Parts: sequence; C-alpha cells; structure tokens
Amino acid sequence: MNDKTDVWQGTLALMVLKTLETMGPQHGYGIARRIEQTSGNQLALNYGTLYPMLLKLEQEGAIASEWGVSDNNRKAKFYRLTRAGRKQLDRAMQDWRQATAIVARFLSPAEEA
Amino acid sequence: MGQLRALWARLRGLFGPARASTEIDAELESHLQMHIDDNLRAGMSPQEARRRALIQLGGIEQTRQAVRDRSGFPSLGKLSRELRYALRVLWRSPGFAGIAILVMALGIGASASLFTMVRSVLLRPLPFPDPDRLVALYGRDGKNGNGVASGDFYDWQQAAHGFEQMAIWRWTGFNMSGDAGELPEFLNAGTGSWNLFSTLGVSPALGRSFTPADDNVSAARTVLLSWSFFERRFNGDPSILGKTIRLNTLPYTVIGVLPVWFRFPDPKVQLWVPWQIDVPARQLQTHYEHIGNVVARLRPGVSAAVALQQVNAIQHQIFVRFNGAGPVADAAISRPLLEDVVGDVKTPLYVLMAAVACLLLIACLNLSNLLVARAAARRREAAIRSALGSSRADLIRQQLAESLLLCGFGGLLGVILASAATRWLTARWTNMPRAESVHPDGFVLAFVVGVTLLAGVLSGLLPAFSATRTGILAALQEGSRGTSGSTSRTTLRRSLLIIEVALTVVLLMTAGLLFRSFLRLRSQDLGCATKNVLTVNYYLRGDKYSQPDQAVAFDSQLLDKVRHLPGVQAAGLTNVVPGEGYYGDKEVSIPERPPLPPGEHRFAAYRTADPGYFQAIGIQLMRGRFFHENERLNRDKVVIVNQELIRQDFPNEDPIGKHLRVEWRTPQGENYEIVGVVRDTAYEIGRPPRPMMWLPVLSGILSAREANTLVVRSAANVEALALPVQKIIAGLDPDLPVKQVLTMEQIVGGSTADSSFSAALALAFAGMALLLAAVGLYGVLAYLVTQRTAEIGVRMALGAERERVLGMILLDGLRPALLGLALGIAASAAATRLIASILYNTSPLDGTVLASVTGILLLTAGIACFYPAWRASRLDPMQALRLE
Repeated sequence: MNDKTDVWQGTLALMVLKTLETMGPQHGYGIARRIEQTSGNQLALNYGTLYPMLLKLEQEGAIASEWGVSDNNRKAKFYRLTRAGRKQLDRAMQDWRQATAIVARFLSPAEEA
Repeated sequence: MGQLRALWARLRGLFGPARASTEIDAELESHLQMHIDDNLRAGMSPQEARRRALIQLGGIEQTRQAVRDRSGFPSLGKLSRELRYALRVLWRSPGFAGIAILVMALGIGASASLFTMVRSVLLRPLPFPDPDRLVALYGRDGKNGNGVASGDFYDWQQAAHGFEQMAIWRWTGFNMSGDAGELPEFLNAGTGSWNLFSTLGVSPALGRSFTPADDNVSAARTVLLSWSFFERRFNGDPSILGKTIRLNTLPYTVIGVLPVWFRFPDPKVQLWVPWQIDVPARQLQTHYEHIGNVVARLRPGVSAAVALQQVNAIQHQIFVRFNGAGPVADAAISRPLLEDVVGDVKTPLYVLMAAVACLLLIACLNLSNLLVARAAARRREAAIRSALGSSRADLIRQQLAESLLLCGFGGLLGVILASAATRWLTARWTNMPRAESVHPDGFVLAFVVGVTLLAGVLSGLLPAFSATRTGILAALQEGSRGTSGSTSRTTLRRSLLIIEVALTVVLLMTAGLLFRSFLRLRSQDLGCATKNVLTVNYYLRGDKYSQPDQAVAFDSQLLDKVRHLPGVQAAGLTNVVPGEGYYGDKEVSIPERPPLPPGEHRFAAYRTADPGYFQAIGIQLMRGRFFHENERLNRDKVVIVNQELIRQDFPNEDPIGKHLRVEWRTPQGENYEIVGVVRDTAYEIGRPPRPMMWLPVLSGILSAREANTLVVRSAANVEALALPVQKIIAGLDPDLPVKQVLTMEQIVGGSTADSSFSAALALAFAGMALLLAAVGLYGVLAYLVTQRTAEIGVRMALGAERERVLGMILLDGLRPALLGLALGIAASAAATRLIASILYNTSPLDGTVLASVTGILLLTAGIACFYPAWRASRLDPMQALRLE
C-alpha cells in the first residue's frame, strides 16, 4: 500500500463528477471502487472521505441523490449528475487540463531555453 | 450560486441534525454491506471481510463525524456545545453568576435606558416629511440670538428664495368660557402664519388648514384645535367643525383639528389661531419688536448656509435702513429645527450618556476581573483540557462563551430594568422636550444587542488570553505548589482595578460638581421672599376689559377683597414674579441725557406693580418710595427701577426725579419719573441681574395687555388661601379662568428641577460605580489573600506580627486604589471641562468636591480592603501551612 499516491487536494470532486458522468447514477461504494479501478489501483482512497465530498457536491447542487436498490439487491443511496454538475465538471476539466499542461511544461526537458 | 445553495443547505442542516444523522448511518451501513459482500465473494472469511471493509472506510465514527461537520457548521455546533457547557459551569457557582449578571444588568440597563432617551429625543428625526430640510431662524443682535420681528419676517418671506416656505409663530393664550355655563379655562395656544402647517408638512386630521384669507387683520376669526383638546373638551365630536367657540369672549370658527401625533412645539398647545388675528396690528409690520419664532423649509438641493446668506443680505438692508430709529437685528441665525426643539436638554443628556457609558465600562472591567480570578482558580481544569487536546482557540472560545452568556443574561435583565427606568425618567424629567416620543425602537434594540455582545467579548477576551497564555506543563506544575502565584495575572487584575477606580473617580467628580452646582443654584437668593408666598395667575381679556378703567376696577376690587381675607398679611399685583423668566424688555432712553449714538440702544425688562406689590413679595426698597394709591389710570407717569439699571445708567448720581422715556401709549413715547429704586431680583435662577423697571399696573393699560399675577403672603400655610382667593375671582367674574396657582417655592423648584434631576441621576450612577469599584477591590484582595495563604502562614510562622500582616495586605489593596485615584483626578480635570457650560458658579476643579471625592473613595476602598486584610491577619499559621 505504501507505493500508492494520496488523492491530491481538490481533485476528488473532479473524479467523483467524472465517474458519475461516465457511469451514470451510482452509489457511494460504487463510485469509490470505480475511482480505484480507474486509477489502476494506484490511488490510496479512504472510502470515508468520499461521503463528506458527496454531501458537499449535493449541497452545491452539482449532484442529486435518491434511494434505490443495488445490483445485489441491497438498499443504497444513488447519486446522479445534475445539469449544474455537468457544467461544473466541464469547467473543472478545462481548468485541470490547463493546470497539468502548465506543470508539464515546467517538467519537460528544456527544449527551447 | 453553488456556494450560496450550500450555505443554505448547511444552515438548514443546523436545525435538523437528527434526521440527517439517521440517513448517514443508513448510507454507511449499506456501503459496508456492499463492501463485505464483495470481499466475501473474493473468498475472505466473514470476519476478515468486515475488518477489511472497515479499514478501507477509515472508521465509521470518523466518517460519520466528517459528514456531520459538513452538514451543519461545526464551529457553530461547537459554540452551542460550549454555551451549554458554560451554562452548566455557571449553574454550579450561582453566587458568582448572580453577581456577574447583576453587575452587567446594571451597566447594560442604564446605558439602554439612557440611549433610548438620547435616540428618541436627540437622534430620531422630527415626525415631519423631509425633516432635515426644516430650520429655525432667529434674529441676531451683536452675538445673541433673539426673536424675529414680524416686519423682518415678511421681508424674508418675500425675498429669500432658498426656502420653499417660511412661517412665523409664537405662544399665546386664551380665556375660554363655555356658553352653557361650563367652568372657564385658560388655554395655552399658538399663533402662526397661515402656512405654518404646510411648512412643517402637516395637514389637519379633520377639516381644513388656514388659508391666506384667514391670516388677515380683517378676516373672520378661525381656529385649529389640537387633537387632545378636541377629545377633551368636545368629546371628539366632529360636528364641532364650522361651529364657533368663545376665546377671550370673541367668537372663533373651528375649521379643523390637527393630527393626534402633532405636538409642535409642545404638547401644551391646545389650539392655533392665525398670526395677524392674534398679534396686535402695531407689531405686525415693525422691525423693532422681536417677538416671533421662524420655521422654514429649505428648497431641495439648497444648503442651509446658502439660504441663510440670502436672509442675511435682506436683513442687512433692513438694518441699514432702520437701525437709527430703533433696535433692529443685524443678521439672522439658522439652526436645524430638531436642535431648536431639543434645545437645552442636549448637554445634560449627553453628559448622562457619557456617565452610563463609564458605568458600563466599569461593569465590564468588574466582570473581567471576576473572570480572571475564576480562570486562575480553574487553571488546572484548563491545563487538563489542553492536555486532552483542546487547542488554545478552544479554551479562549470556552471563556468567551462564559462571558457572553453572563452578558446575555445581564442584557436580558438589563432590558427589563431599562424599560422601567426609561418610563420613570421621562415621567420625572419635567422639562424634557419630545418626552411623548420616548420609546425604544429597532435602533435601540440593535444598540442593546451590540452593547451586550461587545461587553461579552470585551470582558471575556482579556481573561481568556491571560488564562491560556502559560503552557500546559507550567500550569500543572504551578498548580501543585500554589505559593508563588501567578504574578502576571495579579498585575493584570491590578491594572484593571486601577482603570476601574479611575473611571469611578471621574464619575464621582462629575456627579459631585453637578450636585454642588445644583446646591448653589438652589440656595441662590432670588432677592425676594419665597416662604409662604402664593401666586395666582389670570388674564384680563375681551370686551369686559377693553377700557383701562374696567381692568383697574377689577384689579382694585380683587386686591381689596383679598387683603381682607383672614390670614392674608399682604397682597400685591404684578405681571411676572422673580424666578419666572426674563419675559420681555422695552427700549428706554433718558431725557436728561444726550441721545445714544445711532445704532446703540438701552433696554430694560418691564414689569408691572401696584403700590403694595413690593412689600407683599418682600422686595426691599433701597431708595425713594413705592407707588401711591392715587397713581392710577392717567396719573401713571412714575416708574420704579432696580439697582442694576442704576449701576448701568446712573452710576454716580441720584436717579430719583430723573426720567425714563418708554414708548408705551404713543409711538413717540412718554416720560416716566423714577420714584424708587429696589433691590435686584433674579429673573431666572442662576442668571445675573439685568436692568428692570416697574410701571404702575393700575394704569389699566398694562393690566389688559399683560399677564396678571396676584401675590399673596401669609404667616403660615399659604396654600390654604388658594381656594378662597379663587372663589373671590369667580365671584368678581364667573367667566374669568385662573391660569395657575403656585407657591414661590414651587416656582423656584420648577426652575431648578432639571438641574436637580440631572445631578441626582449623576449621583446615582456615581454611587453604582463606587459600589462596583468596591466589589472589585474586595474581590481582588480576597483572592490575593487566598492565593497567598501559604506565604502568609510562612511569614507568621517566622514571627511576623498580625498587625504587620494586616498592614501589608491593606497596603496591597489600597495601592491600586491610590493609583486609580490619581489617574482619575487627572482624567476628570479634562473631562469636567466639558460640563463647565451646565455648571452654575462652580469651577470644574472645585476644591470641596475634589476633597470629598478623595475622602469617599479612600473610605470605600479602606472598607472594601479591610475585611480580606483582617482575615489574613487572623490566619492560623499551622493551618495555613497544612493547606498545602
């Protein structure tokens, strides 16, 4: 477990929104598993941290929740992306791409200089 | 948007945490079950599956807490928890909590009450539309403000375009007699130009207002009633509109009733009549008789200064044109109407407000002091809490919660005290303008809440910081051996005490000065008798008294009958008795002298008197004689003057036989021979004498134009004569009302009532402050003694005598008191200068006051310190040492 990376500050919301966009409505456990899988098991995700984040996103109106039944017939709370959430996701992805591009430029070997 | 929605959701979360928490539990439960299902499917044992799921979740309780924090406001939740904790802590020490709450209730209550008055009287706008555009205008001669001559007013009104409207008014009064045999009654009234009400922006509640046609010398007489008079005399029956009422025996048609809230300039005004109907024709166009008050409404966008310049330009022309011929104002003075209405009450109110602010500060310091002491006693608790993981912020918050709670309860109690105090104050403060509008409003509420919070933070912050400054280890170690004590905290408490004592000294000095000034005022010699002297006021007006001999006949009969009443020693007649005000003056000249240079004028206040008046009221004759019985009607060319007039105009010669020329019967004036000089009397308590002259009341002219005051003196119990005298008046003229019946003592008391009231209030505040300071001193010293028990024990075990210990502790307590006293005296030297304007004959650095304040403070401090010191000296050394 020691070689896993912690989740970077501020990226969890983005991951949650993106996951919901790809997978459609999903419960908290499913989202957590999916994030882990997508990262190729490289991220050390404490599942517990997910729930305050889900609550925050819901309070902001980016996602909405509803009780339903899981694949294995368990009662679970399902989250889905709202229209505002979709907009927020687009904006966040844009920002993130820009940020990574800038950081990448710093890190790439000095070609022009 | 998202942020706002989240905030709203969290606010809602604050109030419904229970529902949210079951939902979280259910969600986490389902999460775990799904995870365990997966783990089981991966082949783990049931225990292992559950263990792994829990590990990965990071603990159910932590997650639950994290979600709960997010669903509400964790810091607010903490605050409410801390408040609940503080409540429990305070509940456990009810004595401390009770004292602290009382102290704060006193401070907050007093300031809330005073602020209610300041807000209602001084700050709340007048109840007229756009009140900030309303100004009062005065004439100016030299430096002094004066009334406005009617002629000046009409010129201003015509040419000063900076004003939308301009109106003039003055007080007047009427005898009203009912047609159906009701009791006659005297009515205080106002007379104003027709546009007075439209200038103020007021329309009548019933009927119509005056029109230019009503405000005309030859117009039919009309009257507007005040609502209270309408209700009282006419049972609120609107059918009175259009009917006539008899005022001074003349018929006036009621055209309207003013709104119930309209109380300008004073609630005493019962009705209004047009200016040109009431003011004698000879005064309407003159520039010499300064009789009116002018109210004007500024045009929107025009500043008061610009508008005043226009008026000044006009007045300057008038001055240049007429000054040679008579006294003319040289310029005008303008001030906001609110200030004009509020007048003299401003300084005393602000002084009292400052005094209660001091009191509040003292209360805060006291609470602070008590809290520091408690914090010191509870430092081990604080140390343990911080050892268990409380941050310093947590500890400070805990302290603040406690002081806020105390101040909150204090504020609540204070509001109750304040509403009672405000009602009491407005009822007692006789000459308070706008007293009817004194009531708390949102502004006052906000003030109280603000003051309470501020007091809580102020008094809590200092102890909180000082209590949490030392580290955990130091606190725990120190707690184990309590001898050395916390020197820094003791210093803090001492400095708090010094400030407290200093503030108390400032309050005591202020109160002492006000009180001394009041005493001086009260003991001022009016220059006449005040014991067993009764005054009875009436006005001879209307048809029955239009001829001088009619008025003289009434006055002579009345005097004759009253003098024959059993118990009456002497009786006399005048218009105004000493102590009732300046009233009015006339320009006089001395025919035996060359005229004064143009522009210079000589004035004397005018009074009337019958031959027996001076003896009746006990004004001493200095030279010459009183009037003779036969100096009446047309044989009235004699005058009596006071010493001040002689001092100014006849310093080195015998005035008897000289003349004063006064314009009284004819525009050219008549010569009056000076026959007597009497001792100076004070026209108003606390004012220096001014030149004054008495003309014979039995000329009959003045009697029907001025007020009449019958003065009756007896050997004892003069009040008993009031009824017989009134019966005599009713017997002579059943339609003639008596305006008022007062003893001279009541007149003097009335004119010093305000100063007695503010002095008494300031004394009360100072007394409270002194009590608080004594409690503070006692508390600190008692605490110090407890802290030093072991040290004192050691000292005594080593041979210190009890007297030495007593002296040592006493000195310990008196030192901050002395320092505070010195600081306070220095501060009051500056502070009392501000109240110099309301002091009468009293220097802000009055020696007696200074000495008594010092004495009282030291005495109080001594008493407060003695008990702890005495207790220390009674300690049993063995027990004191064993305490460790």
